Amino acid sequence: MNTQGSLVVAALAVAFTFLTSGCSEGAWNNPHPADEAGKNILYSNFSGPPKHLDPVISYSSDEGRFIDQIYDPPLQYHYLKRPFELEPNTLSSMPKIVYLDTEGNEVASDSPDLAYSDYLFELTPGIYYQPHPALALDTSGAPVYAFESSDDAEPYSSLNDFSETGTRELVAGDYAYQLKRLADPTLLSPIRGLMSEYILGMNEFAEVVKAEREAQQEGEWLDLRTLDFSGVEVIDRYRFRIRLKGKYPQFSYWLAFHFFAPIPFEADRFYSMPGMADKNITLDWYPIGTGPYMMTQNDPNEAIILEKNPNYRDDFYPAEGEISDRTAGLLDDAGQKIPFIDKVVYRLEKESIPLWSKFLQGYYDRSGIASDSFDQAISVGSEGIGLSDEMRERGISLDVAVTPGTYYFGFNMLDDVIGDTGTAEEREKKRLLRQAIAIIYDQEEYISIFYNGRGETAMSPIPPGIFGYQEGQEGMNESVFDWSDGAVVRKNTDVARELMVKAGYPDGRNAETGEPLVLNLDTVGSGGSAAQSWLIKQFKKIGIQLNIRGTDYNRFKDKMKAGNAQMFQWGWLADYPDAENFLFLLYGPNGQVVTQGAGVNSSNFDHDRYNALFEEMKLMENSPERMEIIREMIDILHHEMPWASSFHPHSYVLNNAWVYNSKPHGISKSVLKYLRIDPEQRARMQAEWNSPVLWPLFMVVIIILVTALPGYLAYRRRLNHRIRPAGGDK
Amino acid sequence: MLAYIIRRLIYAIPILIGVNLLTFALFFVVNTPEQMARVQLGDKHVTEEAVQEWKAQRGYDKPLLINGDAEGAGAFTETIFFEKSLSLFALDFGKSDAGRNIAADIEQRMWPSLAVALPTFIIGISVNIAFALFVVMFRASIFDTSAMILCVGLMSVSGVFYVIAGQFFFAKEWSLVPISGYLGGADAWRFLLLPVIIGVISGIGGGTRLYRTLFLEEANKDYVRTARAKGVAELTVLFRHILPNGMIPILTSVVVVIPSLFMGSLLVESFFGIPGLGSYTLDAIQAQDFAIVRSMVFLGSVLYIIGLLLTDISYTLVDPRVRLS
Repeated sequence: MNTQGSLVVAALAVAFTFLTSGCSEGAWNNPHPADEAGKNILYSNFSGPPKHLDPVISYSSDEGRFIDQIYDPPLQYHYLKRPFELEPNTLSSMPKIVYLDTEGNEVASDSPDLAYSDYLFELTPGIYYQPHPALALDTSGAPVYAFESSDDAEPYSSLNDFSETGTRELVAGDYAYQLKRLADPTLLSPIRGLMSEYILGMNEFAEVVKAEREAQQEGEWLDLRTLDFSGVEVIDRYRFRIRLKGKYPQFSYWLAFHFFAPIPFEADRFYSMPGMADKNITLDWYPIGTGPYMMTQNDPNEAIILEKNPNYRDDFYPAEGEISDRTAGLLDDAGQKIPFIDKVVYRLEKESIPLWSKFLQGYYDRSGIASDSFDQAISVGSEGIGLSDEMRERGISLDVAVTPGTYYFGFNMLDDVIGDTGTAEEREKKRLLRQAIAIIYDQEEYISIFYNGRGETAMSPIPPGIFGYQEGQEGMNESVFDWSDGAVVRKNTDVARELMVKAGYPDGRNAETGEPLVLNLDTVGSGGSAAQSWLIKQFKKIGIQLNIRGTDYNRFKDKMKAGNAQMFQWGWLADYPDAENFLFLLYGPNGQVVTQGAGVNSSNFDHDRYNALFEEMKLMENSPERMEIIREMIDILHHEMPWASSFHPHSYVLNNAWVYNSKPHGISKSVLKYLRIDPEQRARMQAEWNSPVLWPLFMVVIIILVTALPGYLAYRRRLNHRIRPAGGDK
Repeated sequence: MLAYIIRRLIYAIPILIGVNLLTFALFFVVNTPEQMARVQLGDKHVTEEAVQEWKAQRGYDKPLLINGDAEGAGAFTETIFFEKSLSLFALDFGKSDAGRNIAADIEQRMWPSLAVALPTFIIGISVNIAFALFVVMFRASIFDTSAMILCVGLMSVSGVFYVIAGQFFFAKEWSLVPISGYLGGADAWRFLLLPVIIGVISGIGGGTRLYRTLFLEEANKDYVRTARAKGVAELTVLFRHILPNGMIPILTSVVVVIPSLFMGSLLVESFFGIPGLGSYTLDAIQAQDFAIVRSMVFLGSVLYIIGLLLTDISYTLVDPRVRLS
């Protein structure tokens, strides 16, 4: 072999050695560090950086999946029981509720003199914060880190750079401090407006804070402990009280939200030190809590890592659940200490194809199902929806649950053509028009085509599993469906055509002018999608010309806020599992127009009887009487038709074979502590599924050589080519 | 030369003001400060008071370009444009609309961008030049024709196809590299291998064709013919004569992009989950974070201007006939 040939072989050998040596400890395509193999680590993903991790600001489920493992609100949802049930979290028992009149005397819960509700909380002693530099104290009890100028912060670029950490016990004052933060107008908590309607003195406290901040220098820490908040009282080390104006039964659900999780004042002081914000070291980036996990890395450009909080209290896997939970093995770990998993690594994954591939390679433990992958994951047969053979062979399991939410196709009730406007006769005709549209809007077909069947047609805003939901014929919307042979059947298109005649639009034309009826769907996007073509086809069934008015999201929201949309599609995911949180979507005072965009009633539906019933219902505990009121409210909706149609989406989650105790919880995100994995099984399966295929590498080398060889030979020929002298050299 | 550089830097100021003004106008034609506030604050329970507070905290409660209520210079200085733009010239990017220090984010995210872009750039240029020289050596032969057909084929394929095909075969079917993601430190090369290979391959078509044209022009010149007539070996002709003289036009297209390598690639970073500045910009556009968009456009403009300046300077290095004055 000549020198050049030897060089090529040597280079290939070096490259091969380099490749194999770098990957010798695991599969070559493993996206996780090799030293993590076989460890008790759960791998998950996220699609975009969380905006906020401060518990008073964060209001997105994408953020809740991180911080709800860290922060400890007073209450939590039982992991297994359905319907959803609240239970104490950091409390020794459920909060005691006392109703008072204006004089402070105790009254009954249904007393007309009821003016205040007092919630008394008692903490379980012995709960400690995660190790954190904000809690690090020197021998004299003073904070280790107390910067006087931004120069002191210069050596630190992340929280991990602070070598000293400390902890302390959770006390009632920490909850009070967080409530004061919630009221602080500069923090822009999304629920401040809502809570200020109920928590006594919240607005007044906000004014005081605002005045104090204006008197301060920029960036200076305001110790909220020094300011009084009349609605919040710390009774002693472990007890505190919140006073509400009037009665608000849904407040208990809010107490399971991270908005009400404790924040130690030391953390607020720590993050307010000079220079910290310039380094992006803020509470909005580095949470501090008493929960089962703590955030040890927040690099949303690469990975967010949660590790077990070494100071986490004694907490145990539930011993009760639904009947089916036992057979599903969900009670096998009953009474075991939680959390089971040592570390959770969330990696940034923006595209669905790599995400799905990594799940199938065993590098992600759990996955949702994107539309692209649905056919590979799920088979739809005569016996219903189930896992495909490929998934079953891999031992993958499927969790299906109804998401506590409602997606709907709504009418703007302020619109002149289809809304609830004009004389009584005109209003009735418009109601019939809405009913005709509701009949021809084939929601079942829409779910089948565009959601791969992952949803169910809604008969009311309330989804299954929430008090107020009615099944079967009892809950059926009689304006749109008939009950036939024990099943709900959509009314015939002929019925819709008859309604069109009564509405003054025979065959979709104005009976007086003969002009075609053109309705507008205001939506986000440019138009022309398959779903929009489908919609146009639906409306054509009764001769209506549907015009799609696509726009960007900002313009769309402006239209909704101003009441300029005619028809639209929108959705709602519940904050808490109560009928009030769904029926308020159509409560008049919540109208988008009347609230200047703050309300959730996008249809601007405003019905006196419905509003009165809602106000009565929202103050009631779940009871037959409440159920009766909800029924009447739903009947009004069935008659008035502010929405053409709606559906409750289903969530599908796949678990690899080594994941245990997975049960979807539509409301709570604080479920990580219940999950368990078998890392050894995972390592075995990963090795089996990901052995590298080397022949393509050799093929590439051979192809290059085969391609280069003629070139090389031609080059050699050219070098040796001799120019023949004129006349030849014979 | 120093005077030339200073003059060019002074010229850059009105360009940057213009870029800033254009970015500002384009952004605020599409978004109002109120819409930005609503995007940041979310959909649920957002009150008008919260929107106004958000605007006030971030200085979006002022008029956009001209403040009719202010007197004198205040009409221009007490505006969103002035307050948000002036600090940029001191490379003070301030805070994003979500409240994070932009400079710290840029500093953190430029390294992954560079880790992908730099090897792709260097290997890509080297491969393209080598391939172009190879083609030039066999000009007007079956090799030349085949290579040009191959180049046109490579150019005709969408960049996304390379990415998806690369991920499918190399990562999924053959399990040779991770399909996407990024780890810092010594593990980084495993994640960079595929994007770099794909970046190089997808650039071969266009690059080779351009360089081939430039080298062919040189190959037909008298000095090359003279070198051959003197019996200089073909490789020496290519590397000692054609390549250095062909470098001048190559520099025009190459040096100008060097500073911009920091800015990353939207496509590659997005598909491979590389946490660089390309995906940072894309996220900011999606989140309607004007502070970041403005900073990135400004930074991109500054780097482009630096690139142009470096190109001019590099001319003097490779061509003794060029003098900057």
